[in-house]
Amino acid sequence: MTEARSVIVEREMPHPPEKLWRALTQPHLIAEWLMKNDFVPAVGHRFNLRGDWGGVLDCEVLTVEPNRSLSYTWDFAHDDPAFALKSVVTFTLTPSPKGTHLRMEQVGFRPEQKQAFGGATAGWQQFFAKLEEVAARAD
Amino acid sequence: MSDTHDLLFKTLADPTRRGIFERLCSQGEQTVVALTAQAGVSQPAVSKHLAVLKQAGLVRDRHQGRQTHYSAQLAALAPLADWTNRMAGYWESRFDDLEDLLKRMDQ
Repeated sequence: MTEARSVIVEREMPHPPEKLWRALTQPHLIAEWLMKNDFVPAVGHRFNLRGDWGGVLDCEVLTVEPNRSLSYTWDFAHDDPAFALKSVVTFTLTPSPKGTHLRMEQVGFRPEQKQAFGGATAGWQQFFAKLEEVAARAD
Repeated sequence: MSDTHDLLFKTLADPTRRGIFERLCSQGEQTVVALTAQAGVSQPAVSKHLAVLKQAGLVRDRHQGRQTHYSAQLAALAPLADWTNRMAGYWESRFDDLEDLLKRMDQ
């Protein structure tokens, strides 16, 4: 049912959201920090991210809110389920006094889990949050 | 590795079972009776959940007289943390490259 795992990475960037948005959405810029790609900022556009290691990720644009939010699927097909992945990556840009607060959340699913991507993750996030609390107290 | 993941996810996907595990995490060692009082399901049901948790390595039992005490084994969760740690590390280094790029870019 909820075999989702979530990774969140956040960073304060001393640059305006508009500039960050370009780095997140222009193919030649994406290639400089992420992977080679044929990205187009249009919902429903399918594209590939090609890693230096030869791996190819299958992606589809889900959300485009200029200068604010971008999300796409991040799927890796592999015969061995240990390597295969279905996930969604969401970038959220929030203006801050110093520039932009950038938040990346990747929610991953086991390959056999093909049901709705949304909604299913709340339980796990609560679970991990609680686990963190417990771990902090255990120190 | 993948089988371990599957077992952990399947075990913790059940909300009642996850609730029992969380209680053992936050309140320490408990008996079936004490767990049943809070679980909202029957004692046999709690025992069954504990057996599944034990099979997944998430709890350990300790017999004392007629009572069995259960405790959480947080180390069993390590395989789950592995994936998130790995991906977090990946994105941290991508963000480093993104910062370098932003410095080189025009406004």
